[in-house]
Amino acid sequence: MSEKTAIIRTENLVKDYQLGAETVHALRGVNLVVDRNEYVAIMGPSGSGKSTFMNLIGCLDTPSGGEYWLNGQPVSKLSDNELAHIRNREIGFVFQTFNLLPRATALHNVELPLIYGGVPARERRRRSAEMLERVGLGDRMEHRPSELSGGQRQRVAIARALINNPALLLADEPTGNLDSQTSAEIMAVFDQLYRDGQTIVLVTHEHDIAQHAHRTVTLRDGVIGSDVRRQEPALV
Amino acid sequence: MNAREGLRLAFGQIRAQKLKSFFSVVGVIIGVMFLITVVSVIEGMNKYIEEDFANAVFGINTLTLRRTPSIDVNSNPDIWRAYQRRPRLRVADADAVRRGLTVDARVGLLSSSGGARLSASDGTEIENVELVAVSAEMFRIRNLKIVDGRIFTPPEDRAGLPVMVLGSEAAEKLFGILDPIGRTVRVNRVPFQVIGVLEKRGSLFGISMDNYAVAPIRSAMGRFTAPHGMVDEIAVRVEDARDMTRAQYDIEETMRVRRGLRPAEENNFAIDTAEASLSFWTRISRILLVAFPALVAIALVVGGIVIMNIMLVSVAERTHEIGVRKAVGARRSDIHMQVLFESTILSGLGAAIGIGIGVALAQLVRAISPLPAAIAPVWMITSVVMGMGVGVLAGLYPAARAAQLDPVVALRAE
Repeated sequence: MSEKTAIIRTENLVKDYQLGAETVHALRGVNLVVDRNEYVAIMGPSGSGKSTFMNLIGCLDTPSGGEYWLNGQPVSKLSDNELAHIRNREIGFVFQTFNLLPRATALHNVELPLIYGGVPARERRRRSAEMLERVGLGDRMEHRPSELSGGQRQRVAIARALINNPALLLADEPTGNLDSQTSAEIMAVFDQLYRDGQTIVLVTHEHDIAQHAHRTVTLRDGVIGSDVRRQEPALV
Repeated sequence: MNAREGLRLAFGQIRAQKLKSFFSVVGVIIGVMFLITVVSVIEGMNKYIEEDFANAVFGINTLTLRRTPSIDVNSNPDIWRAYQRRPRLRVADADAVRRGLTVDARVGLLSSSGGARLSASDGTEIENVELVAVSAEMFRIRNLKIVDGRIFTPPEDRAGLPVMVLGSEAAEKLFGILDPIGRTVRVNRVPFQVIGVLEKRGSLFGISMDNYAVAPIRSAMGRFTAPHGMVDEIAVRVEDARDMTRAQYDIEETMRVRRGLRPAEENNFAIDTAEASLSFWTRISRILLVAFPALVAIALVVGGIVIMNIMLVSVAERTHEIGVRKAVGARRSDIHMQVLFESTILSGLGAAIGIGIGVALAQLVRAISPLPAAIAPVWMITSVVMGMGVGVLAGLYPAARAAQLDPVVALRAE
């Protein structure tokens, strides 16, 4: 595939941590290309560098070495503010623990990226309400996270992740805090988003969750151990 | 994120934790409260002394010729003895002064003596009344206003008719609710007919300025207040404030000629103006107005340190929230602004509360003590600006700490 359509392209991505006197090599040179409208699961045992890799491709952190292009832009050398801008525009995060603001309503939580994107209040509200409707929470807009079920909270988080129409939806164990019934519902949302053309990277350690993706990348000791594609993703 | 969003966020945060917010700004509240209370009282005294007291005692645009200065902070006994050797002013001096003036002005005469006894015809007696003998011009010069009846006229004054104008307190004590006009009041058995009652002037430092009786200087009152042909004060009120210096020069020249003073000899009379006599008060109030805010500044520094601590705790508590905000695109400057706005608004609100309490306290002081109090808008603005300045300074470090947080680390915090 050409570079132009690649959403993620990493070249020899390295991340070292200083842990006391010891240097931990979390990533030892990862080369990965994820094209537009791919649905990729990233797997690996704990300590494999999975979380580190997710932080790097999510632009929450910068690599110690190597290069990373997100949606065609080189981002490995960007400043703090430029990374914030990329996170705001190009990436939508969905976390295991939802990471919603506890005192804010569902609507306000979804609005948050638009506030930092400088969108006027009226438009913000309209777009956030639309997005909540899309994830089936049109009647829960004024509820706070504590008044919502786990599945509903994750739907709010998904709405927040999608509000800026990001190039990449990055989900870190999105069903880790949910029961199997709710997990299935949330995964159905991801599958639908994929069918609508969204590029999704899913970090998980659960095989049946990874089955939803059409490609599974497994990290082992800071490098890619396997990269398996299926002809047809097993959509539920 | 624009400033309006920042403001909204900060207010939301303060509203969400009202009690904590309140306690964090107690230092600022107390500092500003004392500042406003003290400044209100000082400004009140200023206003009182400059407008009411000065005008009541000296009059606007008025030069007062006396044997000795009416206010003299000098306690040197030699100077005091020298004052006692000075010749008294004569009624005839007033005519000479009037003729000697080269500017438009009124000239009035006044003598007074305290502690007299007044009696009404029904036998009611009051003690310690100040007797005042004046020429008719004096009402205009001192700006004394009548609330009932009339003042006496120059012809009545020249004829020395036994008519009397009473201060409001003297009138009330003598006649109560009865109309005093037309009634007879005796001073040392000499009867005077009451023709008017003066407007209430209030009290200064707890001493009433309304317990007095005024009669023409050429009536018997002149004899009760000063030796025959003598007078305590000759007041000259110029029509135009710019003529004050000229008038002072004229009066000085007239008096030096009449007293036959040689060029090397000092004046053996005093010419007071409200401004000159009040310079001592101006000096005191200026010192107070510098010293007090300096003390309050110390209180505000302490208040600022408290706010800074609370903000540091608050940032630590909200580490995860800051992580979430950063993950969805908040820049360092956004987080910085959020924390800085919060501490600034917090402190500004504290200052506003302090102003409210300070004003209330000043009113209380005025109500229960003889001290006056005036609202000082400049100081209110100053307080809010100082309070917000403290908030900005106190917020800088916590804001920087929050802004520097690594999003990965912050998201892990719980």
